[in-house]
Amino acid sequence: MIWIIARREFSAMFLTPLAWVILAVIQTILSYMFLTNLDNFFLLQPQLIQLENTPGVTDIVVTPLMQVAAIILLMVMPLLTMRSIAEEKRNQTLSLLVSAPLSMTEIVLGKFLGLMLFILVLVSMLMLMPLSLYLGTTPDAGKLLSIYLGMLLLLAAFSAIGLYLSSLTENQTIAAISTFGALLMLWIIDWIGGSIEAGHSLLAYLSILQHHQSMLEGVFDSSDIVYYLLLITGFLILTIRQLDRERLL
Amino acid sequence: MTEALVQVENLSRYYQNHCAIKHLSFNLEAGEVLGFLGPNGAGKSTTMQIISGNLAPSEGEVSIAGHDILEAPRAAKQHLGYLPEHPPVYRDSSVDEYLKFCARLHRVPRGQLGTASDRVKQQCGLETVGGRLIGNLSKGYQQRVGIAQAIIHDPPVVILDEPTVGLDPIQIREIRDLIRSLGSQRSVILSTHILSEVQATCDRVQIIRAGELIYHASIESLNQRRETSIRVALRKTIKIEQLSSLQGVDHVDSLEDGRYRLFFAPDSSPDALVAAAAQQEWGLYELIPEQQSLEDLFIELTQDEEANAI
Repeated sequence: MIWIIARREFSAMFLTPLAWVILAVIQTILSYMFLTNLDNFFLLQPQLIQLENTPGVTDIVVTPLMQVAAIILLMVMPLLTMRSIAEEKRNQTLSLLVSAPLSMTEIVLGKFLGLMLFILVLVSMLMLMPLSLYLGTTPDAGKLLSIYLGMLLLLAAFSAIGLYLSSLTENQTIAAISTFGALLMLWIIDWIGGSIEAGHSLLAYLSILQHHQSMLEGVFDSSDIVYYLLLITGFLILTIRQLDRERLL
Repeated sequence: MTEALVQVENLSRYYQNHCAIKHLSFNLEAGEVLGFLGPNGAGKSTTMQIISGNLAPSEGEVSIAGHDILEAPRAAKQHLGYLPEHPPVYRDSSVDEYLKFCARLHRVPRGQLGTASDRVKQQCGLETVGGRLIGNLSKGYQQRVGIAQAIIHDPPVVILDEPTVGLDPIQIREIRDLIRSLGSQRSVILSTHILSEVQATCDRVQIIRAGELIYHASIESLNQRRETSIRVALRKTIKIEQLSSLQGVDHVDSLEDGRYRLFFAPDSSPDALVAAAAQQEWGLYELIPEQQSLEDLFIELTQDEEANAI
């Protein structure tokens, strides 16, 4: 049942040009970035050879690339998630799902899974660039895997938040802007720096950037995974509760 | 014990402090078309939404084929097809894709997807538009797609919320024929504010006003209950008593130009009138049976209530 909704959700994204355009734009910008990074690497290579314990090609080319990718996707994900529930409310098609023999949980999980399928396509396409490095050198496979997982988890968290904010409104623009605001806030929440000593470690823990950064560097810490899983399940539960609550209002 | 297909008991629903429906109870038997009639804002759509599980009731119970909508929503919804006020169609998918998706949602087995969608397309007259995008279809066709969606899993109960709103007269007639054909195989609840629609399609009628059930009866007994009147035109001027003393006549209104309206008791025929007119040479040249329409009854009932309320 979840799978049926996920499939419809996934194919609906490709019915409009939006998904294609997003994939094309991101791929173009990031491949340009990739080439620039690669160029820098060739410039630096003579000096790197003389150093001991040098950063490898993965650290110099792939990690910065994915940092940029994360920031671009922070701006793009709201555009993908905004329609998922808000559009159904606006077009009054949500009642089709609600009056079908499905639970709210199945509906929400189906929507989330549909977004995840798109994310899988998106991140896999991005990962083709680092994989192309195998043509000339051997990048750090463990790091690449960690980066891949890190990107998937980050975008899954983005879409869970986006899904919730999309369930609050009928208006797609409002859903997009509030999602963008929420994601940005989660990103910059630890910028407050040392001025609040006690709260800083908490704020740093809340910041999505911190967790993402460590995974990009190949540090696979279970507390990062827990952070993402908490964020995702938390917002999915909020979405389910929101849709259930609307029947009572 | 024979259990009704849909049982609604003591249903109430509040929107904040506003009470949309109060203490509504009714049953729907198998193979029956129930007309749910009321002015705008009477609580028809709210009732439909509660029965279909789109809204939670504030009080009361709804069960479909013996399954409570709140306690066993999955089993209850499996027995139900619902067309909301606005057909819940995805404008960007084609009719075939959409119907297949709906069939899967309602757990139609994989092997029967094709036959189920062919069956409803044939029933709703959608054979020629299968490949077209729903967004490009006319309102009437979108409405049919909405009905097709409601019957794709062959449910014993179908709920249609104002299915003919915004359609042209020809489309309305087609949709009514469709509803009548549905009624021969399953139970249908039809909500509308168009009275002739109920007369044309339903077995039983229920009138709701301001959230309360004010009248319910079968269409037959409704037709019987209604007084029959006859309008006659006579060339000769006669005394009104001559008419009102005729057998079976309740009372007589005098109209202009030698015309009279005679009210008969139910189940009486105007034989006496015709006989008297012929014998006494009243010059009867016009005899038009008038039926009090559901419209009149509706206005009568709703206004009575208003008068009582004041």
